[in-house]
Amino acid sequence: MIEFEAVTKQYPDGTIAVNELDLAIDAGRITVFVGPSGCGKTTSLRMINRMIDVTSGHIRIDGTDIMTSDPPVLRRGIGYVIQQAGLFPHRTVLDNVATVPVLTGMSRRAARTRAAELLETVGLPAGMAKRYPAQLSGGQQQRVGVARALAADPPVLLMDEPFSAVDPIVREGLQEELLRLQADLAKTIVFVTHDIDEAIKLGDKVAVLRTGGILAQYDEPAALLGRPVDDFVASFVGRDRGYRALGFLPAERLRLGELPLVELGGTVANARAALVDGWAVAVDEARRPLGWLSETRLATVDGSASLTDDLLVRGGSLYTHDAKAGITAGSLRSALDSALSSPAALGIAVNADGGVLGSVDASDVLAALAAARSQGEVPT
Amino acid sequence: MTGTMTWLNAHWGLVLSLSWQHWYLALIPVLIGLVVSIPLGWLATRSKVLRNTFFYLFGFLYSIPSLALFIVIPVILGTGILDPLNLIIPLTIYTIALMVRSVVDALEAVPWHVRAAATAMGFRPLHRFFAVDLPMSVPVLIAGLRVAAVSSISLVSVGALIGLSGLGDLFTEGEQHQFIGEIVIGVVGSLVLALVTDLVLVLIGRVTTPWTRVRT
Repeated sequence: MIEFEAVTKQYPDGTIAVNELDLAIDAGRITVFVGPSGCGKTTSLRMINRMIDVTSGHIRIDGTDIMTSDPPVLRRGIGYVIQQAGLFPHRTVLDNVATVPVLTGMSRRAARTRAAELLETVGLPAGMAKRYPAQLSGGQQQRVGVARALAADPPVLLMDEPFSAVDPIVREGLQEELLRLQADLAKTIVFVTHDIDEAIKLGDKVAVLRTGGILAQYDEPAALLGRPVDDFVASFVGRDRGYRALGFLPAERLRLGELPLVELGGTVANARAALVDGWAVAVDEARRPLGWLSETRLATVDGSASLTDDLLVRGGSLYTHDAKAGITAGSLRSALDSALSSPAALGIAVNADGGVLGSVDASDVLAALAAARSQGEVPT
Repeated sequence: MTGTMTWLNAHWGLVLSLSWQHWYLALIPVLIGLVVSIPLGWLATRSKVLRNTFFYLFGFLYSIPSLALFIVIPVILGTGILDPLNLIIPLTIYTIALMVRSVVDALEAVPWHVRAAATAMGFRPLHRFFAVDLPMSVPVLIAGLRVAAVSSISLVSVGALIGLSGLGDLFTEGEQHQFIGEIVIGVVGSLVLALVTDLVLVLIGRVTTPWTRVRT
């Protein structure tokens, strides 16, 4: 556990970056510091490994005041992931990951073996080990950054806006990956971001800080969305927080409707016969959805023509209805999004392998929400 | 032309020994200058005042004509008239004047997030400097060294006027004997030395920085 007790950071010019911060960070969980720029979230993070020293107050890790340890030694026991990864461009990926074990006295050979294991853990192919950072994409570099931070198996991991410099799709992948890793590793993670969506998605607990380094609210994400303590938090967590709160309710409770499925390769006439209310879903051999078939689109071609890829109507997100190892189940939020984004106004539910299970429409989601509310599952 | 070749055939050993002398008189100052410039450059990145002081001071020193320095140094230091230090010290000063700026540029080009990551992983400052900052500076340092080495090789010739030189001796002697061939050999010899030195530096740069040539 990491404890902040009346921690203040004041710079020589008088600016107060962090003001009397009291906070208990749970061991083995992800705690996110979030807030606008100038709220002291990065400063608070960097005080934990003494990249910045506190002006007054105490920070304790498992009861030991950090001021009693030699900073470089303290830092070797705390993993650190930085924006843009901060990899050493002159060292190979493998040697980058091996850095801290070598610093702590492990032989180079043993450190490299350990590094190779970690590359696998974070999902990088072994062939990348000998490359230099410049040869990797931003997302791959960030994975190496995470592997490097984990190399000495530190109990605490500090993550300083680690995914802010990658594009949104890659970022989402990295977030999923972090949650998957955390499920195995159960590190005490302190994560800084300015993105409230990222905070809600990753945090077991979220600390919202306001400008001037004052803690506004420290709560679980659902409570933050459901019961913001004041206007600042309410406006910071955003106007569509009701919609986002759907993200905490699992979609498994939804009853799915039947969906007509059609494999490609048959005739257009057969496909037309399968339509229900003017729509069907084209699937591959493994029942994975390829796109929608619509009455209007199929009417433009002759019935004897064969059903090909170019007749599909694309669009619509999918949601994963049930979970299996490594794949999290969707929420009411992803189910609703699937329904709203679908050209047929029906969301497609898939299983963990990506095969179609059935359909859901927006009113089903709202009914499920009402049911959850009546059972007191929605924080109000 | 035939006169020149005949002279060269007869004095092959002399030309080689002068080349060798020329080479070390030029490169010892470059090596010392490099070693001195690294800590000075590091200091300059730590303090704005120091950095400006260094830039003005070395800019000024670099603007003093080499011949003037060659003559003044023995007077100031009390070294003997043919002491190699009379040549080595001024050339070292020129190298430092050129290299301090390169060191500063190179160190400042290390991205902040790389430096912060190194500190956060538990490198002590000096260790970080040698393990991260310095290796990352090699490409810029090599570029600076190439200029410093070639300019040092050309300046050693001027040393002939104070009786200390390598191939520069051929210029003064050629002039005394009214024999242009000897001067040509001196010029060509210095050029070859400069080219070979430059090539060696480029090779050292390539070998020590495989990471700068990867396909991205």
